[in-house]
Amino acid sequence: MERPLTQHLRKDNKPLSLKEYEQVGGYQALRKVVKMSPQEVQALVKDSNLKGRGGAGFSTGLKWSFVPMNAPKPKYLVANADEMEPGTFKDRILLEQTPHQLIEGMIIAAFAIQADQSFVFLRWAYKTAAQTILQAIHEAEAAGYLGKNILGSGFDLHMHLHTGVGRYMCGEETALLNSLEGKRATPRAKPPFPQVSGLFGRPTIVNNVETLCCLPHIVSHGAEWFKKLSLTQDAGTKIYGVSGKVKKPGAWELPMGVTLRELIEEHAGGMQDGLKFRGALPGGASTDFLVEEHLDVKMDFAGVAAAGSRLGTGTVVVLDDKTCPVGFVKNLEHFFAQESCGFCTPCREGLPWIEKILDSIDNGDGRPEDLKLLEAHTKLLGPGNTFCALAPGAMEPLQSALKYFREDFEKHINEKQCTYSKIMSTAV
Amino acid sequence: MLSTEEIKGIEEAIGVVPYKKAACIEALKVVQQHRKWISDESLKEVAGYMEMSAEELDSVATFYNLIFRQPVGRHVILVCDSISCWVMGQEKLKEKLNERLQIDYGQTTKDGRFTLLPNPCLGTCDCAPAIMVGNDLYRNIKMDGLDEILNKYE
Repeated sequence: MERPLTQHLRKDNKPLSLKEYEQVGGYQALRKVVKMSPQEVQALVKDSNLKGRGGAGFSTGLKWSFVPMNAPKPKYLVANADEMEPGTFKDRILLEQTPHQLIEGMIIAAFAIQADQSFVFLRWAYKTAAQTILQAIHEAEAAGYLGKNILGSGFDLHMHLHTGVGRYMCGEETALLNSLEGKRATPRAKPPFPQVSGLFGRPTIVNNVETLCCLPHIVSHGAEWFKKLSLTQDAGTKIYGVSGKVKKPGAWELPMGVTLRELIEEHAGGMQDGLKFRGALPGGASTDFLVEEHLDVKMDFAGVAAAGSRLGTGTVVVLDDKTCPVGFVKNLEHFFAQESCGFCTPCREGLPWIEKILDSIDNGDGRPEDLKLLEAHTKLLGPGNTFCALAPGAMEPLQSALKYFREDFEKHINEKQCTYSKIMSTAV
Repeated sequence: MLSTEEIKGIEEAIGVVPYKKAACIEALKVVQQHRKWISDESLKEVAGYMEMSAEELDSVATFYNLIFRQPVGRHVILVCDSISCWVMGQEKLKEKLNERLQIDYGQTTKDGRFTLLPNPCLGTCDCAPAIMVGNDLYRNIKMDGLDEILNKYE
């Protein structure tokens, strides 16, 4: 099984130095790219069927194609390294351990859209990654991979690291751009799309870290090779993760399209002793629950969508039978209510209300009519009713919990208490 | 008065962006690094330097949870309260911290040693529960290992 993104990681989890990265073929793809035309690079990536790994799953090549090629400089390329979706920890590995792979991917992406300025927007909590990336940028500059006239091609690219100061909203690409401009991280109206008017009003592409890390390998081995890495229609490998009460939580690069069952039972070692699988969020906090009947769902964009959820970030959070689903969802809605940027009313007012209702139910003060109220909110805060995708994302785990774990909600209301142990007993 | 070091840090950030105001978050970060938090006085100084009104800068400062507009202790403890950590016993961990430090979220110990804050996902969900103390990340925390962590900080 090929693991292009992670096969060269060091056993001690330390970052690959420039020399080590070059020894395993690093920056060879860039040497190839600078001899191609930007249009050829775009066509190659479009043919590879690479889809964004940040959650939306949009074709990367297609996204790039909206950048006006003849627009005057500056143009920007931004790596979205603001990994803040609860349950998600895949980009951390790439950022901390293989920084040059990201940088090479960024240079390739920048070349494809002819950007001359680039930023890594890194979340605040990733302290080790900040040092690793900064060091790698300096190494790449010294080696002539960044800066002016890269590898004698006449192509210039400058790279900067920006570390954030919190807020989930910064992961939304237009909010991220506002934050980079020194503003509150509120989303922008689209159109204009960032490809036309992004950072400082200039053409801009924002790509996820894992997406960018795929690029050197696509260039080196070709679009057909990349497609064949996958078990399904969606190309490539995917860094999947599992957290929750499984025996061996972790992250693994696997062919796109492995089943949820394989992830949980084989790679994560199955549930902890004495616990049963109850459900899982397949791709972070803002995805609908999958349950036992979905264990054989193929974890690619189409497969998870057909099961009524989203692949999202591909990092699974498992719910076991001794953990309260109402408390679980309450924790998620608390997060979303807190992280709402407050710009649009349904999200700002609706999410705290939902959290309060869930809190009442969890504390034994729920009323039978609360379930209808919650259901109504999943529509009122659903797609089309809010300015950005935060609130609709927040409604995904809620609407599916009301469907799959309804008896738990009803039991809380009827018995006026939570029958699960209030504080989850675990290894801690 | 902004110190020479602070000005140097702010100027570096300004050099990367097309106009001064765009570096205001960086400027707040630089000053917070030196002063631990952003007082009203600090805010006014930064705003003046960045050619912004204090109100405009405050609208940015108060948006971001890791710009501290209230005094904090020598070490800020961030407890991940997101889903994977919650499943793995974060509430129990939080209670233990409350008991051990005699403070709740948003409070600072009387000796000014620790401030306790909740924080969304620290991105280390396979090693839950996790906390950060200052810049240091601690994962797979066991209740009996908590004192050892806290004792490292004066």
